[in-house]
Amino acid sequence: PAPKPNQPTSFEATADKEDTSAPETVVQSSVPQPKDDFQEELVIRPLHSGDIYASFQFRTLWETDFMRGNKVSHYRLFPKSLGQVISKFSVRELHISFTQGYWRTMQWGQPFLPSPPGAELWVWFQDSVTDVDGTWKELTNVLSGIFCASLNFIDSTNTVQPSASFKPLGIGNVTDHRFLRYATLPREIVCTENLTPWKKLLPCGSKAGLAVLLKSEKLFHSSFHSQAVHIRPVCQDWQCKTTSWELRQTLNVVFDLHTPGQGKLEWSLFKMFSRTLTEACPLASSSKIYIDITDDPQGEQFEVSPATHLLSQAMVLGDRRTFSVYDLTQQITFGTVRSLNLLIRWKSSEDMLRPLLHAERYVAGYGLQTGEIHTLMYNNHPYRSFPVLLLDSVPWYLRLYIHTLTVTSKGKDNKPSYIHYQPSKDRVRPHLLEMLVQLPPNSVTEVTVQFERALLKWTEYTPDPNHGFYVGSSVISSLVPSIVAMDTNSTREQPLFSSFFPCKEESSYFMRVYTEPLLVNLPTPDFSMPYNVICLTCTVVAVGYGSLYNLLTRSFQIEEPSPGLAKRIANIIRKMRGVPPL
Amino acid sequence: MAAPLTLLLLVAVTVRAALYRSSLADLISERVEVVSPLTAWKRVVEGLALLDLGVSPYSGDVFHETPLIIYLFHFLVDYAEITFMLADVITAVALYLSVKDYNKQVFRKQKYALEADRYPLDCLELIRSPKEMQYIPLKVAMFYLLNPFTILSCVAKSTCGLNNAVIALFVLSTIKGNSRTHSSPAEGNSIYPLTLCAAALLYLLQRQYIPVNLRRFSFWWFVAQYAFMYLGSLFVIVGLSFFLLGSWDFLPSVYGFILSVPDLTPNIGLFWYFFAEMFEHFRLFFLCVFQINVFFYTVPLSIKLKEHPVFLIFMQLAVISIFKSYPTVGDIALYMAFLPVWSHLHRFLRNIFLVSCVLLACSALFPVLWHLWIYAGSANSNFYYAITLLFNVAQILLVSDYFYAFLRREHHLSHGLYLKRKDGSEATLVLK
Repeated sequence: PAPKPNQPTSFEATADKEDTSAPETVVQSSVPQPKDDFQEELVIRPLHSGDIYASFQFRTLWETDFMRGNKVSHYRLFPKSLGQVISKFSVRELHISFTQGYWRTMQWGQPFLPSPPGAELWVWFQDSVTDVDGTWKELTNVLSGIFCASLNFIDSTNTVQPSASFKPLGIGNVTDHRFLRYATLPREIVCTENLTPWKKLLPCGSKAGLAVLLKSEKLFHSSFHSQAVHIRPVCQDWQCKTTSWELRQTLNVVFDLHTPGQGKLEWSLFKMFSRTLTEACPLASSSKIYIDITDDPQGEQFEVSPATHLLSQAMVLGDRRTFSVYDLTQQITFGTVRSLNLLIRWKSSEDMLRPLLHAERYVAGYGLQTGEIHTLMYNNHPYRSFPVLLLDSVPWYLRLYIHTLTVTSKGKDNKPSYIHYQPSKDRVRPHLLEMLVQLPPNSVTEVTVQFERALLKWTEYTPDPNHGFYVGSSVISSLVPSIVAMDTNSTREQPLFSSFFPCKEESSYFMRVYTEPLLVNLPTPDFSMPYNVICLTCTVVAVGYGSLYNLLTRSFQIEEPSPGLAKRIANIIRKMRGVPPL
Repeated sequence: MAAPLTLLLLVAVTVRAALYRSSLADLISERVEVVSPLTAWKRVVEGLALLDLGVSPYSGDVFHETPLIIYLFHFLVDYAEITFMLADVITAVALYLSVKDYNKQVFRKQKYALEADRYPLDCLELIRSPKEMQYIPLKVAMFYLLNPFTILSCVAKSTCGLNNAVIALFVLSTIKGNSRTHSSPAEGNSIYPLTLCAAALLYLLQRQYIPVNLRRFSFWWFVAQYAFMYLGSLFVIVGLSFFLLGSWDFLPSVYGFILSVPDLTPNIGLFWYFFAEMFEHFRLFFLCVFQINVFFYTVPLSIKLKEHPVFLIFMQLAVISIFKSYPTVGDIALYMAFLPVWSHLHRFLRNIFLVSCVLLACSALFPVLWHLWIYAGSANSNFYYAITLLFNVAQILLVSDYFYAFLRREHHLSHGLYLKRKDGSEATLVLK
């Protein structure tokens, strides 16, 4: 149930509000009111390194039941392009993210929604799909058109079917991983052309509500930028008698301290986004801004203005955090100037809590023949150990040797309890390695595997072959023990940022960490030489053929030596004279 | 004869064992000239590891050996070094015994021809004496065991050594004339030794005194028997490979891999750079051309050399080693081991100095240019490719030189050594 605004708005009333002050409107009670719901929120968290982390989440709930096969033609808040994609390709869950930059866990803590650099797409299909690979190919091409991204580079050479790391995040009972596809494009660049179609999917577009802050010249001038779309089926109520589709659009951005250039430790909405807020989106049932003040409950480190008395507490990633809340649906939030410009001013700085799970990855070795991939996983919990699932998808042209796989913790061998390895096939599919590793408390676990670099055909190199080839991020999924007990009652209203990953236990929460992508050089042939090489090699083969042909078809004969040139000319002259030759 | 051979074997085993214990062993097993995607020991270990993980070794593209090798090394993986040294020893002893037997037959045929007065009078200096032929088998064994190429191949634990052992045993059983122990050669890792069956057939015909006459029934009957036995043993080996792992996956992974050359790892052959730079449109055409090139010399060579099947075996082995899709130095070492058998041809060889210089220089330049390309980054792939071309040209020159010398000696034996022209002055021989 959404809170109703106090005053009617000037928009055409297409949202789920009852127009109580217009008596001439007749409410048709026989037609059931569609119950689409849209919520928007922005969380601003000052980080200990002085950077600011802003996370937008826009959630649209769409009540429709076309899992039974009804053809839907009426779209209200849910964007039509995505609705058609879901129905045409029988998608059960879709998660796509575009990220520019790498999330620095050690300096910034954990993000609300992690994402690897580049593009990442993973999809669960309905079990009615017969040809999953064909549907996957069409889906990537359609999404590439919707988001103006080069997702058409996703093919069988970089798609895998993880068996354990990616379970469905919505409701449903299909867990056969034949219907799951996962692919990353670490080389994908995010820019304004990807932001614009993403903004178009919002009900209010970028004209009202929090989306007016999304201006690309400021958003891309940041240390980290990630936009994502998550579609999944959710329960409408506690008994889960009906389901609805949930579309979450998230945008995470981290602004660098020194970017505005003034050196003063002061942040405002205007400085970050070059806009202020004037109104909430009229179609939204809830529009809130949360500022994380957990690290500063008494206002010693920073102060927020305009001040607010609304406070809220929530469990985020195993930690209980306190937020100041600004409700944009209330007119008093905007004050007398009718615009809201939040200001955060720092007073001092302090050390940060270390994140519990953190990972790094790099390539070791020298030369263009062999190499080694090292993945380091840090468990910073003082006394609890927990298992992690490591997923590595390595392209086929780096030939992994699985007998060289070593997992060591604290200098001792740590054998994984579950290994799922699918070797690559040249030019068809990549390597897939999934392992369940138990991380001992307060330790570093190192996973190393050797590989060999392949020489490709000259047409298979990109136009800049010496830049190198990208290897997608490793995915580390785990249930991390929580310091504080959490509330698992999912019907209570919770801020969007804490309700994404389903949480079943009170004592642990689900976390996913992405490592860096790798850049690996391969040996290259000389690209200017195809014709020369063909000619020279065929010459060598012809030399062999020619010598053997001569020896096989000719026989030895006594040679009559031919006379020298002078004698031959003399003989010709003598023949003309009629005289016998020399 | 047993004592020098035993001494030679001991020396060879000592050298190999010393190298195994040194730090060079790891370095050598990574060299692309010595191991190829077909024969690398690292890939055998990888295949065994995949089998332990419960994944079929042929589901990926790393392992290209037959299931027989998997099962052999499943039990012998801890004794791998001894296995490869033993394979080298078996090859050397097999070559020793076969060359000894062959020399006896050569000498016997020569004696009959001399008694029948078939040689012209002035070519008596071309006749071979038992004294000069006495040390040839030992030299053959020595050429194989102490060849640096063979030692490198053994220290790298390349399965080429096992292939060579099987081929040597095939040659031994052919020369001994034992049709019963005769089996299809080296279907382990390569399809190219199929061409050796023609040479073996000719040798067995000669031994049974069946003339090669296409119109006689006895010839065709023998050919049919031989073909039946050969194909039978081939099917037995393929069937055994199927039953060992329970699937036909190994056929595209081993034989399909050899024929379609998808892996372009550099080696000393001609295929890798050619197909790395090939226009996509012509790839299939040139692949067929290059593969047919290996096989089609069989028929003309068999026709020309039907009286000399052992030289035919040598020529076939050389052609296979030069033109196969993934050659290594181990393949070269096998045909080079035969060179002492033709040491009496040295007076007719024309290019031997040039060829040996080029081969030595190229062998020295291979690691240098590889380092410059892959590690130093100051050369590019063209340098390594050029040395590959030169190395193969030198090998072709070597083989055709020996062929020329062999044919010339045969010509002299039937027409006389010192040839005179019509006016009595000394003549020169050319091929026309």
